[in-house]
Amino acid sequence: MHDMSAHAVPHGAPTSFIRKHVFSLDHKVIGKQYYALALLAALIGMALSWIMRIHLGWGSFAIPGLHLLSSTGAPGNVLTPEYYLQLMTMHGTIMVFFVLTTAPFAAFGNFFLPIQTGAEDMPFPHFNMMSFWVTFVGFWVLIASFFVADGPTLGGWTQYAPLSAIGSVGGPGQGLGVVLWATSIAIFCVGQLFGSLNFITTTLDMRCKGMSLMRLPLTAWGWFITSVMGLTAFAVLMPACILLILDHVAGTSFFVASNLVINDQVLPHSGGSTLLWQHLFWFFGHPEVYIAIVPGMGIVSHVLITNMRKPMLSHRVLIYSMAALAVLSYMVYGHHMFVSGMNPISSLVFSFPTLVITIPSTIVVLMWLGSLYGSKLRINSASLFALGFVSMFISGGVSGFFLAQPSIDIMLHATYFVVGHFHLVMGVAAMFGIFAGTYFWFPKMTGRMMNETLGKAHFILSFIGAYCIFMPFHYLGIAGNVRRYQAFTDDYLIPLIPVHKFITVAALVTGFAQLIFVYNLIHSRFKGAIASDNPWQGTSLEWSTATPPPHNNFGDKMPVVYHDPYQYSVEGASADFIMQTSPEKINSPNEEK
Amino acid sequence: MATTVHEPPKHDLERLPSQGSGNGGWRNLVPADGDLPRVKDHAPPPASTGIWVGLAAITMTFAAFTSALVVRQGAAPDWQHITLPSILYFNTLLIIASSVTLEISRRRVAAFMGGIKDRAANPARWLYITLALGVLFVAGQTFAWVQLKSQGFGLATNVSYSFFYVLTVAHALHLLGGLGGLVRVIAKLHNSVLRRSTLDATSRYWHFMGVLWVYLLFLLWMKL
Repeated sequence: MHDMSAHAVPHGAPTSFIRKHVFSLDHKVIGKQYYALALLAALIGMALSWIMRIHLGWGSFAIPGLHLLSSTGAPGNVLTPEYYLQLMTMHGTIMVFFVLTTAPFAAFGNFFLPIQTGAEDMPFPHFNMMSFWVTFVGFWVLIASFFVADGPTLGGWTQYAPLSAIGSVGGPGQGLGVVLWATSIAIFCVGQLFGSLNFITTTLDMRCKGMSLMRLPLTAWGWFITSVMGLTAFAVLMPACILLILDHVAGTSFFVASNLVINDQVLPHSGGSTLLWQHLFWFFGHPEVYIAIVPGMGIVSHVLITNMRKPMLSHRVLIYSMAALAVLSYMVYGHHMFVSGMNPISSLVFSFPTLVITIPSTIVVLMWLGSLYGSKLRINSASLFALGFVSMFISGGVSGFFLAQPSIDIMLHATYFVVGHFHLVMGVAAMFGIFAGTYFWFPKMTGRMMNETLGKAHFILSFIGAYCIFMPFHYLGIAGNVRRYQAFTDDYLIPLIPVHKFITVAALVTGFAQLIFVYNLIHSRFKGAIASDNPWQGTSLEWSTATPPPHNNFGDKMPVVYHDPYQYSVEGASADFIMQTSPEKINSPNEEK
Repeated sequence: MATTVHEPPKHDLERLPSQGSGNGGWRNLVPADGDLPRVKDHAPPPASTGIWVGLAAITMTFAAFTSALVVRQGAAPDWQHITLPSILYFNTLLIIASSVTLEISRRRVAAFMGGIKDRAANPARWLYITLALGVLFVAGQTFAWVQLKSQGFGLATNVSYSFFYVLTVAHALHLLGGLGGLVRVIAKLHNSVLRRSTLDATSRYWHFMGVLWVYLLFLLWMKL
């Protein structure tokens, strides 16, 4: 019998439909709401990428019904150059903010962080609820820009000034479209700050008896480190967006220089700094890369350990490496600005930590590979996607070595090489982390198992497809193919069009493979096999409670933790795994002293 | 057999309400009758940690505004010197005074919570004074904005004025949150459901707003 101590319940179980399913205070419901929002955003983002890819492969191809999205942006169902850029901007914004940040961090973190720490809920449930609904509003403000007069902004997800700050004279979407974009992102920042506040406080203050910091699973560490990054990064992006909005609506001159002539018009602004936006944006932007990927590192480690039936080579080193990534991520942002005319010494200053940051990244990878070596990995959808994450992270990370050096980056900057790099290391890797987490935790979240056959098919198609799409990007970049071009009419680009066609076909096939996942998700939710409380024989606290967990996570009794999170294959133990709540005494070399 | 006589608990009136000593948090309400021993020990109150986390985010936001000001000042020769409205200095005295009154009220409320009611007959009085000083501060800031506007100095007149308005309005908006927190504390005190961690968190936030304003005034005075 486990030693349990009674605790009060932070808030009673909801009784009304609104409180239960809409404005819920329950972190588990909020986590599911975030997941649903991320799934919707991912489908929209993927559809936008399909439209762009078809246009890049076959520029004159009429996509049926496209004019419904914008009659001026897609006359005759063919994209105009400007509308291509507008869709590209929305693709990037939606995917970075509302998928890669929302799903691995906010969705899974909300659902599982309180459970893995042994808490009944987040300490500030109202802030938590507001976090989701603020994010929800931010998402629809962004989507609303599709339906304003000249459509969404075309400035790219980085919204470089002065283009982003000069108003409608800069092109379609550069007026109201930018204002909606900046408003959406500012709102999103508020939501993430509320979320980070809860995540940090939950980790520090809400742990149950016996749950020391080092006994937290790697997932909890990933979310905690990410929330610290989010707190500092989004707090900087928000004022940047406010200043950008003021340049539009109040006539201020933060980002637009004097005497700027656009389309034969002298703009009324004076003295603004175009580089100021880049500084503010990338101080957020580079940590954002790690905000997207560190939760995935935690999820992948957690999934691999459970399926290897042994812990990582070093629990502590993995934690310290993730923390090092977070700290260094603030020191490297200038590497996005190597071609901004910065002093070469400044380039060196930013280049050095960029190369240094590869050390903790490499350590994390070596931890995974070294731990996998010799293990008898259980092959299932979750572990396959975890392996896929490792593969994508390595493949995308290797190109980072090149881009970290100013002399090479100047050549490759703004080419498809960069697009391939960040899509693999940040986009696809993070997506694979989301998939690994979904297949792994779906039973706990819904009480039903996902279909493994469909899951494996989804993995194979996604894995091969992702490489078919993004590895050729590197070749295109080395060949000089500049990103954000909507057509390839220059002599040196024409021979590359077949490569683009190949990528487009791969993107379409890979995209359809994601529909397998969506089908599996929905079908399993209602028709999947009933899941047990601990279907993967896991050890952390989410597996010691009912499936799905009750309103206050652990019923009447709170858990007491006796062990480190990953006690697998312990010699002399009564079973293959020892749960954190088991009072069984063990003599494990992996147990923290 | 000897009988052990336990001394009655002593209340140290000079001691501030506990900060992170693990006697409550959101799980445990401080009893209205001041029966502190009934409060169980748990982890540090999340409100205590939470307020520091929130203040860290606000610090980052104003650090971003500050760095924007510094970079923008050096970007072009269009920077103008402006004379700050003199009411800002009076407002500074108001917000410093409000921190003092809040600290007095915090000690009195602590005494009240400790069950020593004779030295704190009306623990809410100083909270009301703090609230009034806060409202006066916001009114004074509004007066400064109206005064500048009436003199023809708007948000877009010059980037110096842009930063003046942005920084002072951003601070005032945060301060309004602090006023809301004070109203909440007063309401909870009246209903005898005030948590010590709530009082501590609110007062920390308020003091931070004071420190932030002094910093901003120095920045504006030095840079504008």
